[in-house]
Amino acid sequence: MRLAFREALLAFRRAPMLSALSITTIAFSLFAFGLFGLVALNIRNALQKVEDRVEIRAFIADGTGAEATSAALGDIAAFPEAASVRLVTQTQALDRARLELGEFSDVFEEGILPASIEVRLKTGFRDPATVRAVAKRIEVYDFIDDIRFGEEWVEKLHRLRNIATLAGATLGLTFAVVAIIIIGSTIRMAVMARSREIAIMRLVGATNGFIRAPFLIEGFLKGTLGGALALVLAWVALAIINRFVVQATFFDPWMGAVGVVAGACIGLAGSALSVGRHLKRV
Amino acid sequence: MIRFSHVHKSFARTGAALADVSFQVNKGEFVFITGPSGAGKSTILKLCFFDERPSQGEVKVYGISSATYTPADVPRLRRRLGIIFQDFRLLEDRSVEANIAFALEVTGTPAGQIAGRVARLLAQVGLAAKATAIPRELSGGEQQRVAIARALANDPVALVADEPTGNLDERATRGIFQLFKDINASGTAVLMATHDLDLVRRSGCRNIEINRGQLVFDSAADGGFRASGASPMMEEDDA
Repeated sequence: MRLAFREALLAFRRAPMLSALSITTIAFSLFAFGLFGLVALNIRNALQKVEDRVEIRAFIADGTGAEATSAALGDIAAFPEAASVRLVTQTQALDRARLELGEFSDVFEEGILPASIEVRLKTGFRDPATVRAVAKRIEVYDFIDDIRFGEEWVEKLHRLRNIATLAGATLGLTFAVVAIIIIGSTIRMAVMARSREIAIMRLVGATNGFIRAPFLIEGFLKGTLGGALALVLAWVALAIINRFVVQATFFDPWMGAVGVVAGACIGLAGSALSVGRHLKRV
Repeated sequence: MIRFSHVHKSFARTGAALADVSFQVNKGEFVFITGPSGAGKSTILKLCFFDERPSQGEVKVYGISSATYTPADVPRLRRRLGIIFQDFRLLEDRSVEANIAFALEVTGTPAGQIAGRVARLLAQVGLAAKATAIPRELSGGEQQRVAIARALANDPVALVADEPTGNLDERATRGIFQLFKDINASGTAVLMATHDLDLVRRSGCRNIEINRGQLVFDSAADGGFRASGASPMMEEDDA
C-alpha cells in the first residue's frame, strides 16, 4: 500500500502539467455542477420561504365561548398535519390590521374584525389536497363562520415547486453526466500517458490489483482536490453574485463536504473504469 | 520447462502466424530461435510468457498450461521468467537502480532487501558505477544490461529474449551475449530470438529455426547448424 501511495504521488511529480490539467478539469466540471446546485438551492429556499407562509385561517363567529374555542384549539393542535395552532383575538386582529395597513388605520373600528384560529401546517402537508382536507375538518365546528387558505396560490405554488423539482433533477443529472464524461476522459488521458509503465509492470509480473492501486489513489486524490477547488470557485462566484447581483445562500457545510466526496468518488470511479478498460485491452 | 505441443496461432488481421510448432526447452538449456522477419519468432516468445494464447495446441511453461491457466497464473508465471526486448523497455524517468528495484517492488520483495539485491544485480551486469544514471544517459549496450539486470531481479528459471542484440553494435553484442552465457552457466535457461546467425553459429548452442510459422529445423533433433537452407530466404526477407 505504501508503494502504491508513493507511485501515486510520484505520478503527480512526474507529470505536473497533466495532473494540474486533470485537477482543473475536474474542478471546472464540478464547479459548473456546483453553480447549478447553488441556483437550485436558492430557488428551493425561496420557494420554501413562500411555502412556510401557507396557513389556514378559520374565522370565529361573534359570541363564541372561550371554552368552545380552546377545546377546538386543542383538537386542531392534535391533527398530525398541524405544526402550530394559534388563536388571534378580535383585538389582536385589529392591532395587526392597523400595523399592516397603517394609512387606513382609522378605518378599522373596535370589533369590526373577527377572531380567528390560524393553523400552520408541517412540511410535507402543504400541498393543495392536504390543505383543503385540513380546512374541511376545521370547518365542521359550528362556530366557524368562514375559512380561508388562499386555495389558488397554494395550487400555483405547488405547481411551481413541482416544475422546479423536475427541471432541477433533469438539469442536475445532465450536468452530473457531462461532468463524469469529462472527468473520465481526463483520467483516461492520464492512464494512456502511462501505458508504457503499465506494460512494463505486467512484464515483470505485477498483478492487476497492484497496477490498479496507484491509479485509484491518484484518481481519488485528483477528485478530492478538484472537488475542493470547485467548492472554492463556487464560494468566490457566490461572493461576487452577493456583492453585485442578489443576496444568495451558500451550501451548508455538509453539502460542501458531499461535493468534495462526490469529486473523490468520481475520480476514483473514473480511474477504476479507465485502468480496468486499459488492462483488458493490453 | 517450456513445452510447445502442436501449437497453432492465427491473428484476425494477419492470418496464420504459427502452424503445428512443437519443441521443448529443458532446464538450463540455451536455445536460439532464428528465422526471417515475420517468421513467427516473436509470437513464440509471446506465447512463452502468455502475452498471447495459442489458437490450437498447448504451451506449458513451468507447469502452467495455456489450456487451463487462470488470469492469476500470468503474473505468477512472469515472476519466474525474465523477459527482455530489443527496445529495452526501461522506465525512462527513473534511475538504473530504480528500474531494477521496480521489478522487486512489484513482486513484493521486502523493502529492506531491495537495495542489496539491486547492488548485486548491477555488479553482475557490470553497471555498478551507473546506478544513479537515467536510461538516456547510457549506451544501447548498457541499457540492455539494465534490462537484463531487471529480468534477473526475481531469480528467473528462464530468460526469454526477443532480439536483445538487434539494436547493438558488434562489440556491445559480444558483451551482451557473454552476459547471457554467464547467466546460463549459473543454471538459468535462455530462449533467445535473433537474426544474428554468426552469433548462433559461433555459440554452438541449440538452434530452432522458424520459417513462415513452421518449425523447419531444430539442431537438437536434426543435428549441426543449418544456415545454408535458411540464409537465402532470410536475406531476401530482411532486405
